[in-house]
Amino acid sequence: MSIHRRTLAMVATALLGLAFSVSAFAQASRDYVYVVGSSTVYPFATVVAERFGRSSEFKTPKIESTGSGGGLKLFCDGVGVDYPDVANSSRAIKSSEVEACAANGVTAIIEVKIGYDGIVFANAIGADTMSVSREDIFLALAKEIPGDAEGELIENPYETWSDVNPDLPAIEIEVLGPPPTSGTRDAFVELAMEGGCKATPWIAALKKSDKNRYKAICHTIREDGVFVEAGENDNLIVQKLQANPDAFGIFGFSFLDQNMEKVKGSLVDGVAPTFDAIADGDYPVSRPLFFYAKKAHVDVIPGLRGFLREFTSERAWGEEGYLSDRGLIPMPDEERAQVAAAVRDLTPLSLAAE
Amino acid sequence: MSAVKSTREKVEAGLPRRRRKERTFKLVGLLATTVGIVFLGVFFSTLIAEGSSAFKQTFLQLDIELSEDVLAPDGELDLAYADFDGLVRTALRAQLPEVSGRSDRRALYRIVSVGAAYQVRDLIAANPELLGTTQSMWVPAASNVDMLIKGNIDANLDETLRPVSDKQIGWVRALEEAGRLETRFNKALFSNGDSREPELAGIKGAVMGSLYMLLVTLVLAFPIGVAAAIYLEEFAPKNRWSDLIEVNINNLAAVPSIVFGLLGLAVFINWASLPRSAPVVGGLVLTLLTLPVIIIASRAAIKAVPPSIREAALGLGASQTQVVFHHVLPLAMPGMLTGAIIGMSRALGESAPLLMIGMVAFIVDVPARLTDPATALPVQIYLWADSPERAFAERTSAAIIVLLGFLLVMNLTAVILRKRMERKW
Repeated sequence: MSIHRRTLAMVATALLGLAFSVSAFAQASRDYVYVVGSSTVYPFATVVAERFGRSSEFKTPKIESTGSGGGLKLFCDGVGVDYPDVANSSRAIKSSEVEACAANGVTAIIEVKIGYDGIVFANAIGADTMSVSREDIFLALAKEIPGDAEGELIENPYETWSDVNPDLPAIEIEVLGPPPTSGTRDAFVELAMEGGCKATPWIAALKKSDKNRYKAICHTIREDGVFVEAGENDNLIVQKLQANPDAFGIFGFSFLDQNMEKVKGSLVDGVAPTFDAIADGDYPVSRPLFFYAKKAHVDVIPGLRGFLREFTSERAWGEEGYLSDRGLIPMPDEERAQVAAAVRDLTPLSLAAE
Repeated sequence: MSAVKSTREKVEAGLPRRRRKERTFKLVGLLATTVGIVFLGVFFSTLIAEGSSAFKQTFLQLDIELSEDVLAPDGELDLAYADFDGLVRTALRAQLPEVSGRSDRRALYRIVSVGAAYQVRDLIAANPELLGTTQSMWVPAASNVDMLIKGNIDANLDETLRPVSDKQIGWVRALEEAGRLETRFNKALFSNGDSREPELAGIKGAVMGSLYMLLVTLVLAFPIGVAAAIYLEEFAPKNRWSDLIEVNINNLAAVPSIVFGLLGLAVFINWASLPRSAPVVGGLVLTLLTLPVIIIASRAAIKAVPPSIREAALGLGASQTQVVFHHVLPLAMPGMLTGAIIGMSRALGESAPLLMIGMVAFIVDVPARLTDPATALPVQIYLWADSPERAFAERTSAAIIVLLGFLLVMNLTAVILRKRMERKW
C-alpha cells in the first residue's frame, strides 16, 4: 500500500513540476527569430535562415509554412514575443490586412520585396512543347466562357486543346494544379486566366461596372474534372506529368528548374519560362514575392536585424547569390539597392501609398 | 425410387454444392490475403529501393591549408568572419589546377557542399592549435554530385537537361580516379537537424522532437488513462451517466486527429499561451489523442481479470482499494501496457494535429528542452517530400524507413509483452 501511495505522490509531483516548468518558460523571452507565411517563399527563407544561423552567433530562425494569408493573420495578431517577427507572402499585403494589423497595435510594418517567381505551365519532357496564349488558358480552364452574343456566358464545352484553338494539338485537356488555398493558384488565376479573360471586350468593360461579376467570370476554374486539384505538393504534379504525357501541370519556376530532365515549360504568349525571360519581365505569368517585418521587434528579438540584412544582402538575393541557385528570380540592380536601403533604415510601409 | 428422399440422400445431394462453396470462400480469402501482401511488398520494396541510397553519401578528400593569412589576417582568429569558404575553394583549385576562368571556377566550387566550410570551422573551433597546418579532410560533395555518383542523375542525358554540366562531370571523374572521391555511410542523416542542403540534412531534430512529445504523452496519458479506467470499471456506479461517459470515450477514439490539433491550438496556445511549435504542446495534444485508446484498452484489461479473484480477495477481508491495487491492477498491467504502447505508436505517426500548433516548421537546431521549437518525424517527412531539390526524394524514403523502424519496435514490444505476461484463466 505504501509503495503505491509513494508512486502516486511521485506521479503527482512530476505532473505539477511539468506544469510549473512549462508556465515558467512560457513567460521567458524568445532568443530566435520567428517567421511564418507562404509556402512559395518558404524554400528561399529557409536557405537564408540556415546560412544566417550558421554564420552568426544567433540561433537559426524558425520558419513555419502556413500559407500567405494564414501567415499574415498570425503576424497581425499583435506585438510581443508570442507573435511572429516576419511574415512571408507570395502577394502584396492587402489593405484589409494592414487595418487588421493596426487594430492589434502592429503599425510599423517593413515591406521587403525579395524577387520574382514565375508560374509555369509544364508537361512531360517527352511530349511536344506547347505554345499557348493566356486566352487559350482561360478558354480551356474557365468554368464559363463568353458565348456568341455579347453578355452571354456558356458552360465551358471544350474537351480538347484543338477545340480551344485549331493551332493546338488534338489532345484532351487535362491540367493538374494547386488547390484554392495556395498562393500559386491565386497568382495563376490572376495573371494567366484574368489576362486571357480581358481579351473579350465586354468582360474587360465589366471590371469597372461590376467588379464582382468580372472576378467571378475570370477567376472561376471549371469543376468538371478537366482541372485536377493535385494538392500543395508540387513534386507529386511532376510525377503525374511524367506518367501522363498529355497532361499539363501548374507550379512554381523553382520546381521546373530542379526537374529539367522530367518536365518542360510551355511557351506562354510566345515566351518560354526561362530565368532571363522572367527576370526581364517578358514572361507574362510571374509575380513578386515579399516578406513583412515588424519594426517594433527589431533590436528586441535577438538576430532579427541580422536576418533582415542577410536576406537583403547581395550574396543572398543578388544576380549570382545563393537564392538565385534555388530558383528565385532577382530584381533589377537599382530596385534591389532601393529595397536594401529601405530595410537598413527600417522604413515602414506607408498607408498613403496603398 | 421412392418419392420421399431419406435425410442421407438429401444431405448427399447438397454436398457437392456445399463443398464448392467452401472451396470458393477459401479461394477468395486466400486471394484477399495475397493482394494485401502484394501491396505491402510493393510498398516496402519501392521504399527500400528508393531510400536505401540515402544512407550513403559521397565525400571528397581535400588537403585544406588552414592558413593563418586567411583565417587570422590581423593575428586574431574570428570564427564569425573568417573566410572558410575561401580555404575550401583554394584546396579545390589546388586539386584541379587546370580549371581556369571565372565561370568555370564558379562551376567547380559547386561540386563541393557548403557544409565543407562549416566542417573546417568546427575543426578550427575545437582545435585552434591546428592553425597554420594543412589537414587532409573528407568533406561532403554537393547533392547534385552525390546524385550523379548514385546514378540518380543520368550522365548520358543532354547537358541542358541535367543540373550538372559536362565539365563538372569531368572534374568529378578526375577526382574519382585520383582516389579522392568515396561513398561512405551518411552520418549526417542521424546526427544533424534539418537543413536546406540535402547533403547536410538529418533527422536528429525530428527524432528528438518526437521523443520529447512521446515522453510528455506517456507521463500524462498513461496515469490518467489507467486511473480513469480503474474508476470507471471498479468504482463508478453503473447508471445513465456512466453509460454516457462510455459512449463519449468510444466516440473520442474515432474523432479525426486534426480536431485535437484545433482543440490544442485554442486551449494550450491561445488560452494558456504556451509557445507554438513546442514539444510540450505537441505532447499535450497527443495526450488528448491517445487518452481514449488507453482508457478503452485498460478497461478491457481490467474486465478480463476474472471476478473470482476479486471475490476471493474481498472474502479474505480486503478493501475495495486493496482488491484493485493488490490483485486487479497487477494482473491487468500487461494489457494496459500493450494498450499504452499501441496508443503511443499511433501518436508517433500523427502529423495532422501538429499542423495546427505550428510544428510544421523549418527548425535547424536540435531541441534541447521541452519548450524549444521542434518538429516531429512524420512532419519532417512531409516537409522533405515537398522540397524541390531532388536529393530530398531519397532522404524522404530514408526517413520513412526510420519511422517504420520505430513503429515496428514499439509494436513488437507490445506483442512480446502480451505473449510473455498474458495469463490464461
